[in-house]
Amino acid sequence: MLNLVATVPAVVTASGADKPPLIPHIPELIFGFVMVGIVYLVVSKMVVPNIERAYEERRAAIEGGMKQAEEAQAQAEAALQSYEAQLAEARAEANAIREQAREEGASIIADLRNQANAEAARITESAKRQIEAERQQAIVSLRQEVGSMSTALASKIVGESLEDEVRQKGIVDRFLAELESGAVTPEKIGSSSEGTGADS
Amino acid sequence: MILAPAAQLPMSSGEEFTAPGAEIFWAPLIGEGDWAITEQMVWGGISVILISIALVMLTRNVSIVPSKSQFLFEGFYNFARNSIARDMIGSKHFLRFVPLLFSLFTLILVNNWFGVLPPVMNPTFGRIGFPIAATLVVYVVYHWVGFKRYGFSGYFGHMIPEGLPGWIKPIIFPLELITYFITRPLTLALRLFGNMFAGHILIVLFVSAAAYFLTQGVVFKVLAVPTFLMAAVMWMFEALIQALQAYVFTLLAASYIAGALAEDH
Repeated sequence: MLNLVATVPAVVTASGADKPPLIPHIPELIFGFVMVGIVYLVVSKMVVPNIERAYEERRAAIEGGMKQAEEAQAQAEAALQSYEAQLAEARAEANAIREQAREEGASIIADLRNQANAEAARITESAKRQIEAERQQAIVSLRQEVGSMSTALASKIVGESLEDEVRQKGIVDRFLAELESGAVTPEKIGSSSEGTGADS
Repeated sequence: MILAPAAQLPMSSGEEFTAPGAEIFWAPLIGEGDWAITEQMVWGGISVILISIALVMLTRNVSIVPSKSQFLFEGFYNFARNSIARDMIGSKHFLRFVPLLFSLFTLILVNNWFGVLPPVMNPTFGRIGFPIAATLVVYVVYHWVGFKRYGFSGYFGHMIPEGLPGWIKPIIFPLELITYFITRPLTLALRLFGNMFAGHILIVLFVSAAAYFLTQGVVFKVLAVPTFLMAAVMWMFEALIQALQAYVFTLLAASYIAGALAEDH
């Protein structure tokens, strides 16, 4: 190396192994351009366009996928909302039905109570009427019986003088009216028959 | 390539050991002198064919749902596309620079890994011609987009950072001019070249030294073991450096394009 520096003019003309390492070998310099040029051509015409197109397609696919996912989510949300609305509707309907049933039940109970009351009133009424009728009947029959008995009794006492119908009826009626008004005191009857007077 | 220094090594005992130098990179296959076709050119051409076939095969049937190989390729492609191009240039303009940046990243990465990959074992970009070619492409591209965006004088005005006091602008402008037109391309090419050059020399040095030790006495034969181990360590270290340099080159290229395009600094 030292002798090369010493013979500077020789550097310029030196070739091959004697050439200093910083002086380019011209074929190598030219071939260097060729190498870069060929690789650049291949890369810029075939490699980069292909791979960049794939990147672009991938980006579009991902964006499309995200859009689809967003749409699906929106659909799911809409479905959820409609389900919730339906659920709320069904719940309101159930409440309404329950309310209606309660009202109907109450009205049924009220109706039944009214019916029962009416029935009870009717039964009471008819029972009263029957009792009244029976009482009337009893009064009538009692009056006849008492009349005939007292007539019989009186005729036994008085004889046959009171056989006359008209008189008999008038006497009995008068007697009974007196009895009712209190003109005839029960003490008199009671005193005539001691045993039964104490019971009545 | 590894045979070249080995052939130059003095194998018979007693001879002096000569450390490998720049001459190990000179490997003409066809022809001689200034127009010889070198081994590095052949490997570079093979890398271009392999890269082209692999990329076309991998992206011929790309689909929305990636296969396993497409998934792995997308990870690699996205590294150049998103982590380098988009992060540096910004999501507005980056897409039209992705082909160039991805091409450079792939080409440099594969050729750098050729430096640790048997049977190649020769980093293409250890020859200055290749880094210069790649750098010149980047150089033309970033100046082109700058002129196109801001116009001729506008682009030069754009180089001065905004918000500077007026008196400092004449001092900053030449510095920025040097940065844009000299420093950036020079460092971009030399960084890649220097890393590949030095890394390859290191590996060859350790391997050839170990091989030389084996021809010497018992003590040296024992010394050959750690020397070989060191060569293996350097080999793994180089694999890392080579990937890193491919990344750095592409990242800086994207950064220079971004600087020429940027609204403000």
